[in-house]
Amino acid sequence: MPQKIDNELVRHIAKLGRIELADEQVGTFGRQLSAILDYVGKLQELNTDGIEPMAHAVELRNVLADDSPGESLKPDQALANAPQRDGDFFAVPKVIDDSQ
Amino acid sequence: MVEGDPDVKPIVGLEIHVELHTATKMFCRCPNRFGDPPNSNVCPVCLGMPGVLPVMNRKALELGIKVGLALNCSAGGFSKWDRKGYYYPDLPKNYQISQYDLPICRDGWIEVPLDDGAVKKVRIRRAHLEEDAGKNIHDHADHTGVDLNRAGVPLLEIVSEPDINSSHEAGAYARAMQRLVRWLGASQANMQMGHIRFEPNINLHIASAGKTYKTPIVEVKNLNSFKALEAAVAFEIGRQTEEWRADPEGFSLEKLSKQNRGWDDVRMATVFQREKEEAHDYRYFPEPDLAPVEVGETWLESIRSQVGELPLQRRERYIKEYGLAFKDADALTQDGPTGDLLDGAVKAGADPKRSVNLLLGRGAAIANERGCQIAEIGLAVEQLAELAKMLADQEINATAAAKVFDLMIAGRQNPRQIAMKQGLLAVTDAGQIEKWVDQAIADNPSAVQDVRQGGKKQKKAFGFLMGQVMQKSRGAAAARQVQDLLEKKLGGGQQ
Ligand SMILES: [Zn+2]
Repeated sequence: MPQKIDNELVRHIAKLGRIELADEQVGTFGRQLSAILDYVGKLQELNTDGIEPMAHAVELRNVLADDSPGESLKPDQALANAPQRDGDFFAVPKVIDDSQ
Repeated sequence: MVEGDPDVKPIVGLEIHVELHTATKMFCRCPNRFGDPPNSNVCPVCLGMPGVLPVMNRKALELGIKVGLALNCSAGGFSKWDRKGYYYPDLPKNYQISQYDLPICRDGWIEVPLDDGAVKKVRIRRAHLEEDAGKNIHDHADHTGVDLNRAGVPLLEIVSEPDINSSHEAGAYARAMQRLVRWLGASQANMQMGHIRFEPNINLHIASAGKTYKTPIVEVKNLNSFKALEAAVAFEIGRQTEEWRADPEGFSLEKLSKQNRGWDDVRMATVFQREKEEAHDYRYFPEPDLAPVEVGETWLESIRSQVGELPLQRRERYIKEYGLAFKDADALTQDGPTGDLLDGAVKAGADPKRSVNLLLGRGAAIANERGCQIAEIGLAVEQLAELAKMLADQEINATAAAKVFDLMIAGRQNPRQIAMKQGLLAVTDAGQIEKWVDQAIADNPSAVQDVRQGGKKQKKAFGFLMGQVMQKSRGAAAARQVQDLLEKKLGGGQQ
């Protein structure tokens, strides 16, 4: 049986997630991800004819909060884990695309 | 290369992002407030920390539905949340919580007033709730600064059908939408604060030599003003026409599908954006951390009852019931509260036209100076009604009323008390007025003669005598009484 997740797809997913993979890791992850899909694929054997698609695993509805302010963090707390900061801004590598 | 004048029909659809006017963010209780110090309105939820649980803001949900109902959408029912995955530094979770296949509002329409007085109906495909991203600050050479105060602020994305056929219509549609969301109190819709942003989709249907050509659809990203929106649509219509002329077969929707372009405010041109090949691979899937919402009939009706009269309906009513000119009715229906003042004054017994003169006279002038709506200058319904009644009853003349107007909005006082205190009440004492009138007649025999003789000079001479009386009274005489008395004394009046 051909592997469900081939090397090309692994590279595509890694790129979307901004994860750098070495060539040998591509093969490893492809095998692991395919094995996971095969395992979960067991569910496909169930007959689901006439069963409504489920939007959520929990039967809860309308979990809502009132629009009244609570407490926020102080900028120093918010930035405590940031690898780099510039004053009270998070500092990240230069973004070229400034469509925002 | 195509010569001559082919029949070019622009096809434009518009996505509008509106920031909802709530006290807190969409999924956490951080303040939704513009202009605060960077990263001061953030918490573990909107920073995208692991293990946190977002909870939906009830007000944001209701405002979204309210807008949808005003847009004649089917709203409410069963709706759910989805994750839209993409990587950008202003998106801390690396996904945006949005609505994919079950938006909160669907299939509506809006009536858009055009410059020529016509009304254009534009269909609404959907309106869904989502969260805003933070802000990237690009003023450093070697890095980008990120402020996440805006991350998680509630947004309503309103998507039109491609029913718009010109840059003017795109502008008119966007203005109608701004007026509507402000009207409903759903958004402040302030451009400078980025509360409302536009993304038009533009292509052309061109009929030439018995064939119809379709140019590739271009989406222009993140336009922040009506001017930029109109200019971008106009630019694209011109650019696509030229590209099509140069290569009618190659420059086609089938061959090139859809492209994104940016807007260059300095060059006033759309610019090519390099496509990241996976840019549209958002990998939507249902948001597991948020329960779906189900808005039943009772809840929906209670929201519907808050929608009330809409701007165009009110404008129509002002023209019909109050007999206002289109221009005045339009000026008074830019926001809800200004018209509420008028309606309140009329209900309290004031004459509509005198109330409108006060609102659009000193009211509009002061609002203009302050850069706010007329309703925000601090005028109370009771003040407006009383001053309008005083004008109608000749207790005060127009010049004095303007002075009283300025004083009463500053001090929240009763206009009659102000007029009395400032000596601005009109003199209505018949004996006093007769004295002034008789004096004016005695002092100006030649004007009196001109009036009595009739003819060309009559009207001017009468006006001159009116002016003389008003001068003698230092502007305080009740003008209607003066006019009546002058007419009587000069023999049957002038026409
Ligand atoms: Zn927060």
